[in-house]
Amino acid sequence: MVDVAIVGTGHSKFGNRTDVNLQELAWEAVKQALEESNLDQKDIDMFVVGNAGGWSSEPLSAIVIGEYCNLAPKGTMRVEAACATGSAALRIAYQAIKAGDAKIAMVIGVEQMHQSPNPVAIEMMGRAGNYFWEFENFGLTFPGYYALYATRRMAKFGMKEEDLGQIAIKNHYYGSFNPYAMFQKQIKMDEYMKSRVVAYPLKVYDACPITDGAAAVILASEEVAKKITDSPVWIVSQGFKSGTANLSKRDDFISIDAARLAAEEAYKKARIDFENSWRYFDVAEVHDCFTIAEIMAYEDLGFAKRGEGHLLAREGQTYIGGRIPVNVDGGLKAKGHPIGATGVSMAVSITRQLLYRAHKGTQVDVKNGMGIAHNVGGTGHYAYVTIFSLKKPSA
Amino acid sequence: MGVTEIRERQFNEIDKKALEQIDLLIKNSGMPIMRDLKTNNLLWIDVRELTQRFMIPIGRIYKFFDQLSKGKIIGTKCPKCGSIYFPPQDDCTKCKVSGLDVIELSGEGELLTYTIITVKPVSFMHYQDYIVGIARLKEGINILAWVNEKPEDVKVGMKVKVNVVKREPEGYFTYELRKIQ
Repeated sequence: MVDVAIVGTGHSKFGNRTDVNLQELAWEAVKQALEESNLDQKDIDMFVVGNAGGWSSEPLSAIVIGEYCNLAPKGTMRVEAACATGSAALRIAYQAIKAGDAKIAMVIGVEQMHQSPNPVAIEMMGRAGNYFWEFENFGLTFPGYYALYATRRMAKFGMKEEDLGQIAIKNHYYGSFNPYAMFQKQIKMDEYMKSRVVAYPLKVYDACPITDGAAAVILASEEVAKKITDSPVWIVSQGFKSGTANLSKRDDFISIDAARLAAEEAYKKARIDFENSWRYFDVAEVHDCFTIAEIMAYEDLGFAKRGEGHLLAREGQTYIGGRIPVNVDGGLKAKGHPIGATGVSMAVSITRQLLYRAHKGTQVDVKNGMGIAHNVGGTGHYAYVTIFSLKKPSA
Repeated sequence: MGVTEIRERQFNEIDKKALEQIDLLIKNSGMPIMRDLKTNNLLWIDVRELTQRFMIPIGRIYKFFDQLSKGKIIGTKCPKCGSIYFPPQDDCTKCKVSGLDVIELSGEGELLTYTIITVKPVSFMHYQDYIVGIARLKEGINILAWVNEKPEDVKVGMKVKVNVVKREPEGYFTYELRKIQ
């Protein structure tokens, strides 16, 4: 099978982007990716649009974006996997190239959540569990779903609210160096502790913001990649799994099972030992839609033992220089979480880290030449784990 | 109060103000365009509203609602493999058998976890802050529902019972979790 590399990346400023519409926002990332790879739209064989949709006005977002970005009549589709939409879009392009159906494919992740008023966005996200059995009568919100995990962990493992606060503080710290981040302000523990409760025990500072943003990557087959760049970043493997729609059907509320299974799948293909996984990577992007999600990600990826994820945070082991730097671009917490763009944004961040092109104050030491992205959709409804490397996987 | 009155009250609070604003914009400038308060960016305010109310088929699990209205909580059980389903379903998708047996659930179990929703979705704004919990019942299945207790009385691991109640102010049957004293 063909090896697949990232040969171009693009990233818009994340935030409250009322200055542009959906397609203009997508173009910011598309243009940057085309320029970076020195390619033209005519070189792209297909494009995939990751857009969870529902909050912005155009229902056929892939088509509106294709028209605006001059990508029509190339083949396309809109891909949805909730908050893992971007990684799902990446998967389609990756597999098309692997299968020999395309040589160059573009992945565009974009979301403009602010087209809907905040109360409507909160309503829509709450409905994204199992609508009939768990929303219609019981009105869970998205922070509410993750709060159920946090409460359980506090009771079972003695996790403290301050441990969650450590995640928020770290991600805001790195977000302050990222010009693309929605929040560029550092926070302190007392501000965290004082912030308003949204779904006990989670507070405003435990939650990622409602965000507008776009990211794009251009993928190419080995044959083409070698012609157009001397610094390809290869996709080594991707694991993807799903969980139950009903949250009540989950087992113990201390782990996102789908994410752990996706990690195991990706590690198996990449020949990575789960227990020592952190030794293989220079940097990780994990799905910190809420601080508790990042804690669980540490364990689901094998960076910490079960029940010890919050200790990794407490010890500051996920800062640059620690066991493994995590979300040093600010993560979803500070960079923002434009649903469909997030997975693609993670791929952009890891690629730029491996190529020593990260923003000042966020660059990690690249020793192993490998990075990992962990992208969860819903509250463990979908999970995608993708491994990136400077070294060709089949080499 | 009923669904109609609740809808009307919410409509008056939220939608009416927005519509009046659109009318004012059109009257003043001939177009539904306004400036974003924070950024001063220009925004077109959609004049076509979309409201959705879904029609969800429940015929195959109607027995659940029938029993609920009589104060009972049921699950379904596969006569072949013995799997118990809650929420109830009429197909055992493991052994591909349909028309499952009905079993009355004990309703007794232990609270696995909970949260208190303080920032509510629009369609839940007419309720006080509510506690959502997940309990594991004796039968080995989990149930998610509101925990009708004071927040300070709710603890992970406490014994709970499922209760059939009327959801007010709408007045329809649903279920909740209560602490077993």
